[in-house]
Amino acid sequence: MNPTRRRRLVWVLALVAAAAVAAALVIAALERNLAYLYTPNEVISGEAGPEVASGEARFRLGGMVAEGSVSREEGSLESTFVVTDGDARMEVSYTGILPDLFRENQAVVATGRMQGGRFVAEEVLAKHDETYMPKEVADKMGEAHARHGVADDASGTGQ
Amino acid sequence: MSPPAATPRRSAVRWLPLAAFAALAALLFAGVMLSRNQDREALPSPLIGKPAPEFELPVLHEPGRLVSSQELAGAPYLLNVWGSWCPECRIEHPVLTRFAETKRMRVIGYNLKDEHADALRWLEQFGNPYWLVLTDYSGDKAIDWGIYGAPETFIVDGDGIIRWKHVGPVTEEVMQRDLLPVVARLEAER
Amino acid sequence: MLPELGQLALVLALLVAALQSALPLAGAQRGVAAWMAVARPAAHAQLLLVGVAFAALTAAFVSQDFSVAYVAQNSNSLLPLGYRFTAVWGSHEGSLLLWALVLSLWTSAVAAFSRGLPGPVMARVLGVMGLVAVGFLAFLIFTSNPFERLLPAAAEGRDLNPLLQDPGMIIHPPMLYFGYVGFVVPFAFAIAAMLGGPEVRGEGEWRQWLRWTRPWTNVAWAFLTFGIALGSWWAYYELGWGGWWFWDPVENASFMPWLVGAALIHSQAVTEKRGAFRGWTLLLAIATFSLSLLGTFLVRSGVLTSVHAFAADPSRGMFILVFLGIVVGGSLVLYAMRAPDPDDGKPFAPASRETLLLLNNLLLSTACAMVLLGTLYPLLADALELGKISVGPPYFSLLFIILMAPLVALVPFGPLFRWQRDQPSRVVAMLWPWLVLAVVAGAIAFFLAPQGPWKVAAGVAGAVWVGFGTLRFAWSRLRPGNGSRGRLTPEMWGMVLAHVGLAVFLVGALLVEGMQVQREVAVRPGELVDLGDYEFRLVAVERHPGPNYVADRGTVEVLRNGTPYTTLHPEKRAYASGGQVMTEAAIDKGVTRDLFVALGEPLGDDAWALRMQIKPFVRWIWAGALLMMLGGFVTAADRRFRVSRRLSSRPDASGPEVTESTP
Repeated sequence: MNPTRRRRLVWVLALVAAAAVAAALVIAALERNLAYLYTPNEVISGEAGPEVASGEARFRLGGMVAEGSVSREEGSLESTFVVTDGDARMEVSYTGILPDLFRENQAVVATGRMQGGRFVAEEVLAKHDETYMPKEVADKMGEAHARHGVADDASGTGQ
Repeated sequence: MSPPAATPRRSAVRWLPLAAFAALAALLFAGVMLSRNQDREALPSPLIGKPAPEFELPVLHEPGRLVSSQELAGAPYLLNVWGSWCPECRIEHPVLTRFAETKRMRVIGYNLKDEHADALRWLEQFGNPYWLVLTDYSGDKAIDWGIYGAPETFIVDGDGIIRWKHVGPVTEEVMQRDLLPVVARLEAER
Repeated sequence: MLPELGQLALVLALLVAALQSALPLAGAQRGVAAWMAVARPAAHAQLLLVGVAFAALTAAFVSQDFSVAYVAQNSNSLLPLGYRFTAVWGSHEGSLLLWALVLSLWTSAVAAFSRGLPGPVMARVLGVMGLVAVGFLAFLIFTSNPFERLLPAAAEGRDLNPLLQDPGMIIHPPMLYFGYVGFVVPFAFAIAAMLGGPEVRGEGEWRQWLRWTRPWTNVAWAFLTFGIALGSWWAYYELGWGGWWFWDPVENASFMPWLVGAALIHSQAVTEKRGAFRGWTLLLAIATFSLSLLGTFLVRSGVLTSVHAFAADPSRGMFILVFLGIVVGGSLVLYAMRAPDPDDGKPFAPASRETLLLLNNLLLSTACAMVLLGTLYPLLADALELGKISVGPPYFSLLFIILMAPLVALVPFGPLFRWQRDQPSRVVAMLWPWLVLAVVAGAIAFFLAPQGPWKVAAGVAGAVWVGFGTLRFAWSRLRPGNGSRGRLTPEMWGMVLAHVGLAVFLVGALLVEGMQVQREVAVRPGELVDLGDYEFRLVAVERHPGPNYVADRGTVEVLRNGTPYTTLHPEKRAYASGGQVMTEAAIDKGVTRDLFVALGEPLGDDAWALRMQIKPFVRWIWAGALLMMLGGFVTAADRRFRVSRRLSSRPDASGPEVTESTP
């Protein structure tokens, strides 16, 4: 093999090796940092999977803050509220400062894990602009309603 | 310069960026189509299936007259939240007007956080499709309905149960796809 | 009346842009001088028309004309005058108009300074820029008209998003756009190079054009650096969490062009001086501008969830996507057909500056690809029905550090290695003392750091290595003898500044991440909270009205080791129109640390939520970025890049004789 050819080959092999290492790193990093979004109904019904329900896996809970559900322990940073998706309700507890746009009847996404039947949030996010709801939460809630035909319910017994 | 065997390999590599971009574009296209199909504005309201809040509100065109939720009961009605300050309300106005003209259901206006004179002027300018216009200038009652702003539209049935809610303008598409089926269902119930 | 005038101006601008692209491009293809000559005047006319449109919209805002729908949506009667000017680019339609204005500014500037170029080249460059303008103006006119009327006029406007009522947010979009849009110049050059015939192929021509393009590219990159730094700084003091980078899709959208833009400016240097990397330079020029367009798409189309996306609209997203397809797809097809022979330029040995810069290209491009993957992965997962996924920041930060570490290690070698072939031992001899110093400094930092020792050590070691390594280069040029000129050209100064800026940035980024501390507590007035060397006491919270808001204003006394140090006033503002609530954090700025206090909400029982942070060296992040920006501007100022008329009248360089007679 002539030297130019060999040098080319070395370059190519080095590149391929580097690419393989990079790909492996990327896949590993992605897997470790993916957070799935689930609605209360998906968690409760078991659709979200056993690791989510048992509290092993960290995930994001999305829905709306149920009206009248926000309560704070007087004088402390601990608060509880209920997240609903139009289908099911999930109690959430959180210790910390709630974001500015956090309000009842508004969309919310909380990151954390299940602990004994309630969701313990490490982070609570509400959106920072005028759009009402994060697309992914709306999608999910739309699906829930399509499933149960709440919006089209003829007899009015959706809830 | 370079051995002839290298040439075909080189040309193939040149098309790689384009291929990568084509894959990317396909993904983005899928993304746009996905976000189109889901109607983000149809907020599944926790109020659906629940009774509409009781109210007693003044009427725009008849100063001094108050209308209560009981008065409106008995037959379904469409409640449209609007304001003269709301640009998107103009977009849905012709659609709502056309619907009101079919006289299938009473179209009731809910004038939110507005000024009396401005509201009157707006209706004069564009036409008044409303069977009745309720006013809520403080916005207090709106909170009970879960209204954050305008335009928003509700359908309440004859028993006073909220059956449908839409946030954002009622475009022709929304009318055909979502609103009219609900109207038809309510008519069938009667 | 004025809004209609603005609308008319936009339509005319579209027509002019169409002329600016169609005639010169056809003219360059067929050699018709008269058609090519249309380019320059059309470019200036476009600037005039878009300028008129922008002025009309600004006038509508300043005069609070709520009969214009866009004004009603983004302003109200309580909005202070200053913000009325900046509300023009407060949301989608207006910011697009700003995009178009900046584009026309760049186009006009290129037309004004393009005298030294051969006719066909200039015609093609301006023609391509005209095509981009056609796309944006059409998008404006047909889908996002800022001049749409609202009749009868709204009694009161909605209000400018309170997040945008802020000095940092005012200047951030224009600077970002100057950067984004500026990359259209190297892009247009790349297209022109690929479209051209024999007058393009020679190595002399390549180097001449690159000498011409390089300052534009550097200036665009400098503006983008500034815009990104502003965004980061703004997020830090405005969002109330004390973070400076979130790997949010919108942030990533601006960071990706910056990464490949950095690769581009280095690649251009190689091609200009050695004739090598032609393929890379072309591809990077296409990629940088494509990523700018992609960023625009991502932010406006509703395809991605982001904390601060514009109110999104899928039908607009479709338009941009088609535009993206035409521009990027077209240029990549052209690349596949016309890209130059990769065996171009002078060959180089493995130990050479070319190799180091090739690695530079690779590392930066890979980093960009990694960010792109992370940003788009949620969309991919959604499209493949794998669920609703979000990619957490650790993915980005971990991989970014892994990719940038080798780059940081190699930076001092680049300037010291010779072109084509060098002996590594020669360079190592110059640098090893500084490597030792870096390791020692890192070790000291490791043991002194109160927490996060690894990050702190890495930051200190990296910064010392890059900083002194770069200064070593400067010294080797400045000291007389050994064949050096005893001075540095602006190009070299720019490089020194930018690389030192990188070192400063490393200190800021790594030290703040390693050593920052935070506490979130419920406090009653009079209670003392300690954090680090400081103690914080909430004295009182009072009502405090502002021009268009009412605030809860806290008074927080800060003590250092028991003695009073300063007083901070964090606020929580409720804006009158729209009812939005905003946190205004109080920051005690310092060179070595920031004290950051944010007021939460009342917790009942006289208690308030309070968040306190100590952020060591956080300002070094933006200082480093500013140095990098300065480096870009200084490099661009090098006289070597000004191509004079004389150069282009070389017989083998220019096109037809008529080049000289175009006005």
